[in-house]
Amino acid sequence: MKGEEGSPDRANDDIGEVRRLEMYRMQVLIRLFEERVQGLYLENLITGTTHLMIGQEAVSAGTSAAMRDGDLMFCTYRGHGHVLARGAPADKVLGEIMGRDNGLMRGKAGSMHLTSVEHGVMGSFAVIGSHLVLACGAAWRARYKGQDDVTVCVYGDGASNIGAFHEALNLAALWKLPVVFLCENNLYQEYSRIAEMSAVEHPSADRAGSYGLERIVIDGNDADVVFRAVSAAIETARSGGGPAIIEAMTYRQSGHSRADPAKYRPAGELDLWKERDPLKLYKARLRELGIEDDRIAEVEAQSRDAVNEATEACKLAPLSSPDLIMSNLWADGSCAWRN
Amino acid sequence: MAQLTYREAVARGIAQEMARDEDVVLLGEDVAKAGGVFKATDGILERFGPRRALDTPISEQAILGSAMGAAMTGLKPIAEIMFGDFVAVCYDFIANEFGKTRYMTDGQVKCPLVVRMANGGGVAFGAQHSQSVENWCMQFPGLKVVAPSSPADVVGLLAAAVRDPDPVIFLEHKGLYGTRGEVPDGEIVDTLGTAKILRPGTDCTLIAVGMMVPRSLAAAEQLKADFGIDAEVIDLRSLMPLDTRTLLASVGRTHRVFTVEENPRVLGWGAEIVSIIADEAFFDLDGPPVRITAPHVPISTPPHLEALVIPSVERIVEAVRQSLAA
Ligand SMILES: Cc1ncc(C[n+]2csc(CCOP(=O)(O)OP(=O)(O)O)c2C)c(N)n1
Ligand SMILES: [Mg+2]
Repeated sequence: MKGEEGSPDRANDDIGEVRRLEMYRMQVLIRLFEERVQGLYLENLITGTTHLMIGQEAVSAGTSAAMRDGDLMFCTYRGHGHVLARGAPADKVLGEIMGRDNGLMRGKAGSMHLTSVEHGVMGSFAVIGSHLVLACGAAWRARYKGQDDVTVCVYGDGASNIGAFHEALNLAALWKLPVVFLCENNLYQEYSRIAEMSAVEHPSADRAGSYGLERIVIDGNDADVVFRAVSAAIETARSGGGPAIIEAMTYRQSGHSRADPAKYRPAGELDLWKERDPLKLYKARLRELGIEDDRIAEVEAQSRDAVNEATEACKLAPLSSPDLIMSNLWADGSCAWRN
Repeated sequence: MAQLTYREAVARGIAQEMARDEDVVLLGEDVAKAGGVFKATDGILERFGPRRALDTPISEQAILGSAMGAAMTGLKPIAEIMFGDFVAVCYDFIANEFGKTRYMTDGQVKCPLVVRMANGGGVAFGAQHSQSVENWCMQFPGLKVVAPSSPADVVGLLAAAVRDPDPVIFLEHKGLYGTRGEVPDGEIVDTLGTAKILRPGTDCTLIAVGMMVPRSLAAAEQLKADFGIDAEVIDLRSLMPLDTRTLLASVGRTHRVFTVEENPRVLGWGAEIVSIIADEAFFDLDGPPVRITAPHVPISTPPHLEALVIPSVERIVEAVRQSLAA
C-alpha cells in the first residue's frame, strides 16, 4: 500500500504508513473506549457485565486491517474492540453497552452480544466455543454460493478445550472452508492460567496438526505481525486453499470481567506485559519509521474525540425502549406463539 | 394421489423444496450416500448431488452450528440429528442460539433452518434412542416445533418448515416411518401452527401428536364400539406455534379433555395445554382434564416392557372410559 499523497512512505513495505497510522488510531480508540467503559461502569451508567480487552488491541487492529468489506467476523463477549475495528461507530457500540436507544441493537442485548451485520460482524457469542461452528457454516455458504468472502472467527485460549472447537476444525479442514480461526491467547481462561488447564503449551496451535493445518503462533501484541499473519491466511482461504488457525499471544491487562481484580496474576507479570504494551510498541515503531509526532498526535486526538463524542451522545440518548422485549422474536417482528 | 410411506414422504418433502429453491441444502450423518439410517433421505444425493446433500462427521455441534451459520448468511439448511435423543450433545444451539439470534440482534440476523430428528419410541431401541423430545425443544422462545403423524402432513409441514423464515424443529416419529397414507400429487405446502380435527366427536377431546395420533384414533373407534363414547381426536401437528383456538373450541363442544403424550410425565407438552384450558375454558369442563402419559421413567428396551411405558390403545381407552364413568 502506498503512503498518502505528499507523504512518502518511509517504510516502503507491504503495510505502509497510511495503514500503520490507521492501525495505531484503532488501537488507541479501543484502549480509550475500554477505559471509558470501565469509567462508565464505575459511574453506574453501565450495568451488568463487560469483558474488556485492554492489552489485546493489536489483535483487533491487525485483524480488521487484513479483512475486506464483505468478509465476516464472529466474536466473543470480549468483542468491543473487534466490532469497533470492523468499522461500527463508537457511539452505537457504546450505546449498546449502555442499554441506550442509539445502540447497535437499539440497546437490547448489551456488551456480550455486539452485532453489526452492516459491518460484517455476525455476532458476539457468550457460550464458549459455539461460534466456531457457526463460522464454519458462514464459510460453507460462501463456498456454496461461489461468493469470495472469508469468515474470521475470534475466540480465546480457553475455548480451545471445548468440543465445538475440535468439531469446527475438523469440519473446516475436511470441507476446506474459507474460514480463519484466530485464537487470542491472553494466558487466562477466566481466573485460571491456560497453562494449567491445557495438555499442550499452545492450546490452539499445538492442535492444528491434528487437522492437517499449519502450526502458527504469533506475537499478538504487534499489529504488523497480526496483520501479516491474518492477511496471509485470508488470502489462502479466499483462493480456495482452505482454513487456517492462528494463535496470537497477548495479555489481558484488565480483569476477566468488570469486577475481577485479577489477584491470581503472579507478581511482576502485569508489569512485564505492560512493557510489551501494544500501543507503546506501535508508537515506537511509527517513530522509528520516521512518522512525525504531530501526525501521531493527530490520530490520538481523533480517537480521543471519537470516544468523548460517543460518550456525550450516549449519555443524552434515551434508554432502550420497553417495546423491544416483545418484538423481533419471529420474522414478522412479533413474539406470538399461539392463536 | 399416491400411497407413500411416512419415510418416503420425508424424502418427497425434502426433494420438493430442494427442487424449488437452490438455497435449500441437506446435511447430517449418513443422510447422503446411505440415504439416512431410517432411509428417510433416500434418493436425495442421487437427485441433487454432493454439493447439496452432505454427509457429515459425527459432530452434532458442527451439524447444527454450521447449519445455523449458513442460515444466518443466506442458505436454508435442513439438518438431521439422527435420533432426537442426541440433540442433547448439541443442545446449546436449541437452547441458546437458534431462537435467540434474531431477537438479540433486534432483527439484524435471521436463522431460517430446519432440524429434522427421529423422535419417540415403539421400535425397541432402549432408553437412549426412544425418547420423545418435544418439550426439550418447545420450551425455548424463538423455536417452532412440528410433529406430523401422516405422510401427507410430513410433506406439507416439511415444506412449510423449510419456507418459514425462522428455525423449525421437525420431529419425525420413528415408529411411523413404515406407515402408509395417501399423499396428493403435485406441490404440497401446509401451514405451521394449525391443528387438525381428525375425528369429530361429541363426548370428549383427545389431543395427540406423532405416534399417539393413530393410537388415539384407534382408541376412539374402540370407545365408540365398546362403550358408545364418541371421542373427538385432534392432531396437534404443531406444538409451537400452538393452535389453541382449535383446542379451546373443541373443549367448548365436548366438555372433557385428554392429552395423549408419549413423553415422561413431568413437564410434558400436555401440561401446558391443560394449563391453558384450565385458565381459559375452566367453566366449559364437566370433569378434570386428564393427561395420559408415559410414567416418569426411562424407556426399557424389550417390546413387552416398552409397551408398558408408552401409552397404548388399551391404556387410552381405559383412561377415558374410567374418567367419563367417574
Ligand atoms: C460453555 C461455557 N462455559 C463456561 C463459560 C464461562 N466463561 C465465560 S468466559 C470464560 C473464560 C474463557 O476464556 P478464554 O476462552 O481464554 O477467553 P477470554 O475470556 O480469555 O477472552 C468462561 C469459562 C461460558 N461462557 N461458556
Ligand atoms: Mg483467555
